[in-house]
Amino acid sequence: MSSAPTPPRAPAKGPGKPAGRSRELPEHLKAYKGVWVFIELERGRVHPVSWELLGEGRKLADTLGVELAGVIIGPNDGSVGAAGADAAAYGADLVYVIEDPILAAYRTDPFTRGLTALVEAHKPEILLLGATTLGRDLAGAVATTLATGLTADCTELAIDMETRTLASTRPTFGGSLLCTIQTLHFRPQMATIRPRVMSMPDRRDAAAPRVVTEPLSMEEEQIVTKVLDFIPDRDQDTAHLAYADVVVGGGLGLGSAENFRLVRELAHVLGGEYGGSRPLVQKGWIPADRQIGQTGRTIRPKLYIAAGISGAIQHRVGTEGADVILAINTDANAPIFDFATHGVVADALEMLPALTEAFRRRLEGAARAA
Amino acid sequence: MHCVVCIKQVPDSAQIRVHPVTNTIMRQGVPTIINPYDLYALEEALRVRDAFGGTVSVITMGPPMAEAALRKALAFGADRAVLMTDRIFAGSDTLATSYVLSHGIMRLAAETPVDIVFAGKQTIDGDTAQVGPGIARRLNLNQLTYVEKIERLDPEADEIVVHRRAEGGVHVLKTELPCLITMLEGSNSMRFASMDDMFRAARAEITVWSAAEAGIEDQTRCGLRGSPTVVRKVFAPKPRQEKAKLIEVAGLSASDAAPQVIDALLAADRKLADHLAAG
Repeated sequence: MSSAPTPPRAPAKGPGKPAGRSRELPEHLKAYKGVWVFIELERGRVHPVSWELLGEGRKLADTLGVELAGVIIGPNDGSVGAAGADAAAYGADLVYVIEDPILAAYRTDPFTRGLTALVEAHKPEILLLGATTLGRDLAGAVATTLATGLTADCTELAIDMETRTLASTRPTFGGSLLCTIQTLHFRPQMATIRPRVMSMPDRRDAAAPRVVTEPLSMEEEQIVTKVLDFIPDRDQDTAHLAYADVVVGGGLGLGSAENFRLVRELAHVLGGEYGGSRPLVQKGWIPADRQIGQTGRTIRPKLYIAAGISGAIQHRVGTEGADVILAINTDANAPIFDFATHGVVADALEMLPALTEAFRRRLEGAARAA
Repeated sequence: MHCVVCIKQVPDSAQIRVHPVTNTIMRQGVPTIINPYDLYALEEALRVRDAFGGTVSVITMGPPMAEAALRKALAFGADRAVLMTDRIFAGSDTLATSYVLSHGIMRLAAETPVDIVFAGKQTIDGDTAQVGPGIARRLNLNQLTYVEKIERLDPEADEIVVHRRAEGGVHVLKTELPCLITMLEGSNSMRFASMDDMFRAARAEITVWSAAEAGIEDQTRCGLRGSPTVVRKVFAPKPRQEKAKLIEVAGLSASDAAPQVIDALLAADRKLADHLAAG
């Protein structure tokens, strides 16, 4: 049998005792300057949430009058350098880089070691990560190692000028309430933000960023966890749901799992993606990765059609970034009509196939005219 | 095998109401449940015990009333339940919570070495997914989050192979015990608890540990004092906008109404019309 776990290690940095509730930052933490965004690089590609966070990080850095940096940890196959150039195009002044062949696939230990070492050496005041499966795994481990504050799933970031600290606002209790959280006496102030919560910044022409390179100082033999395989999803479309320009969503108003095909058909005609509200996942009508809302995917499409969805608060939180929302519901008092752009009081089971047909004709007509 | 499952008692979020004036959660009358994500962790631990023998301990940090969640877990088949409750735990953020729970797990491990610590992927009230990784760091456990499936478990070799959800696919990871696993929803389904199980659980003894009893020496790292994050403001979300513009379709058949709906939609937003035409 295995040995007992070892006792928790003492925090690497930070005061032995938390300071009181004074406004003053402890002296040794005043050296922490700058806003960092962790650039999530996997299999040669950067997750778009990283660029969204650079856009948001740029605003925070400008407010504070400090630099914005991207942090890139990955293999030495050229992908890190390419990601660095992209980071500059999305607003980074400089990049901190760790390149090592053993960083080809994400593993908690080497990434935690690398990111923690960078923070300790270069002392950022703010560190943002995407709230992806990778980002949350890493952020939790790094924040615990550094013994600092971490706020999950923020929907709004601002600087509280009085304290010069990050004010992170996040939904709680499934979106029924928002709370603003601050880390006053610890650095860095860490936060994760979900994909599509922040808007994508414009790409601009940028000179090559300044690059600060550090070694990983870890050998493969020291890493217990091994990656045996990566199995890509058969249904690659679920990955695109958050980033689709057109999304059709279904709710309990569809009446049955079979009727969900009406949602898929409309999405297909519009070249978009489909998903559903939380109750549909709970009933097993759709898989969990098709759930739209605060506890599922946050979407920001140009058009969101919500069919038979009442619009519970947690659904609203995940969809209100859409440019246009068309709601179809038989109940004129459904909360969805309080935040949709357009509403149709009608039965989704009748309207969905009619819209599918009408859109098909309209788009065919447009294609002929073009 | 000794599996420890971390659970949390949470208000049933489907029945949460917010006080319109004070903006506080109205907990009165809201039933509490075991955090639904934790049930996948508990079921997986029970399956490990079914396959390899050993014990399943459940542990929670919370007020005395959290005992109800532990009894529920015992009814499902857990062997032992520990409630960590102390006034100084109140107000713990995720860093302080992982500090407290890791001490409870160490205390359990002192009696029987722990092979796997299980947790749900996140809670439905806090939704942070941070406590699991926090415990893994503090106890030096190999960290496996968002696990869909335990592919292979070899207690003799102290080896485990799991499927971990990643963006766009699944990583197959091999690591050594002891480890910490957070289970993804839908990875299994909880067994039923019989009436007998429930009666047995109702009479079972629950171990209660205060901070001192759990061996926590540095009390400044618990509760509000040990939490780097501070909640500065709680408020109700502002709706996105005013009411939806209703598209009048009363009296029309769906096939007559649909073109009108599309017209209204596209007339209001030219960019959308261009986008759809281009797509």
